[in-house]
Amino acid sequence: MTSRSTLLDDRAIARALTRMASELVEQCKGTEDVLLVGIQRRGVELAARLSRLIEGLEGHPIPSGKLDITLYRDDLQAVGPRPVVGETRLPSDLDGRTIVIVDDVLYTGRTTRAALDELADFGRPRRILLCVLVDRGGRELPIQPDIVGLRQVIGPNDRIEVLITEIDGRDAVELVRAG
Amino acid sequence: MTPRLGKDLTGLESLTAEQIGLILDTAEAFKEVSERPIKKVPALRGKTIVNLFFEASTRTRISFEFAEKRLSADTVNVATGVSSVSKGETLVDTARNLEAMRIDMVVIRHPASGSADFLGKRIRSNVINAGDGKHEHPTQGLLDMLTLRDRFGSLDGLKVAICGDVLHSRVARSNIWGLKKLGAEVAVCGPPSLMPRNVSELGVEVFTRIEDAIGWADALNVLRLQLERMTSGFIPSLREYNRVFGVTRERLERASDTLVVLHPGPMNRGVEIDSDVADGPRSVILPQVTNGVAIRMAVLYLLAGGGPDWQHQGGSE
Repeated sequence: MTSRSTLLDDRAIARALTRMASELVEQCKGTEDVLLVGIQRRGVELAARLSRLIEGLEGHPIPSGKLDITLYRDDLQAVGPRPVVGETRLPSDLDGRTIVIVDDVLYTGRTTRAALDELADFGRPRRILLCVLVDRGGRELPIQPDIVGLRQVIGPNDRIEVLITEIDGRDAVELVRAG
Repeated sequence: MTPRLGKDLTGLESLTAEQIGLILDTAEAFKEVSERPIKKVPALRGKTIVNLFFEASTRTRISFEFAEKRLSADTVNVATGVSSVSKGETLVDTARNLEAMRIDMVVIRHPASGSADFLGKRIRSNVINAGDGKHEHPTQGLLDMLTLRDRFGSLDGLKVAICGDVLHSRVARSNIWGLKKLGAEVAVCGPPSLMPRNVSELGVEVFTRIEDAIGWADALNVLRLQLERMTSGFIPSLREYNRVFGVTRERLERASDTLVVLHPGPMNRGVEIDSDVADGPRSVILPQVTNGVAIRMAVLYLLAGGGPDWQHQGGSE
């Protein structure tokens, strides 16, 4: 038996993202040379929303890119079948920029590790920040977020599901408890 | 549910439309890797791949090698003439000796039809067919399909005419199988002496005049006339072949505006294809070469680590 409960509904997600957008501009000391990089797939949608919210705050758009970290996963030899590889689209030059990695859920930190390795193959950013909608605890690597929508520490058998209208038809953050 | 490939890629005849679609979609993502400042991803780090070529090849071997290196695999090239193959060792013995050195994948080109499949059934490593006799050349078929999909958006209902030496062509076979599975209409055109006897059983239309094929098609895949076979009297002369079957600018004046021309290379300019077509606006010959690396990266990535025993492990997260 699994049970499902809502941690954030659509309005709570909207409020969290608005706060995150403000924090992001504050921590980056403006928007100059800032690039949002969404992790495929839901991170890409969240980055696009943050970009629009920041445009509302600052009056000009902020660029965003996409990153698929599949080919940099540390468990690629062990998983099967082969995960589908999504699109990566980044500006050609990352040198000297401030990059904000945007993802839906932060758990073990292994996805972030892969993203950091992949970004290093594109250039040498001045600074990299990590922005996540939900931090569920359970890190296996020394990685922590800079901007967080919701902190909720849950057990290893439970799961956080982030639903995004563009992909899932509605906005919600749900906790799925096993057993 | 994502479709998966088996242990080997020996041809397109045995694949489903979903499996071919998976390879083409995966190749789409790999195109971008070759545009990066550092053209390399760690996906096949620690894998050892042997390129086992029993026939001359430049383009295919280099394309596989680029694909392997851009996925961070370690590669070894074995060519006939400089290996114990020339001392009479059998194919299976050669491969088993390589396997004893703990390799993971073999890319094989061999003059005997069916050799890739034969090898795949006898060794544990993944086997990729880089051309076996007159049978198949699956990665060439796939890169042709990717190039057509780039240009036309979809292969469904697309009319593709394969022109020239169909009889000796493994490229033709892989294209026919693959294109038909994805819903394209396929025709062949060439002199009757260069057509397989049972060609219409492949489910293709047959044109005997190149003008008719050009008038019908959205795309022409012009095969290389295999000059090394010309001693055996398949055609009267190269000049006559060009006059009757050559793809020339004049003949293309009556083609549809969007018709594109493919050629698997190496070209015999002035024989099966004229220079002003090969270098002209309808040519997608160089995009084919670029796509070849992406297709081979996709195939290597999808097969690596794949084998009968991990088909039962579930879950990707």
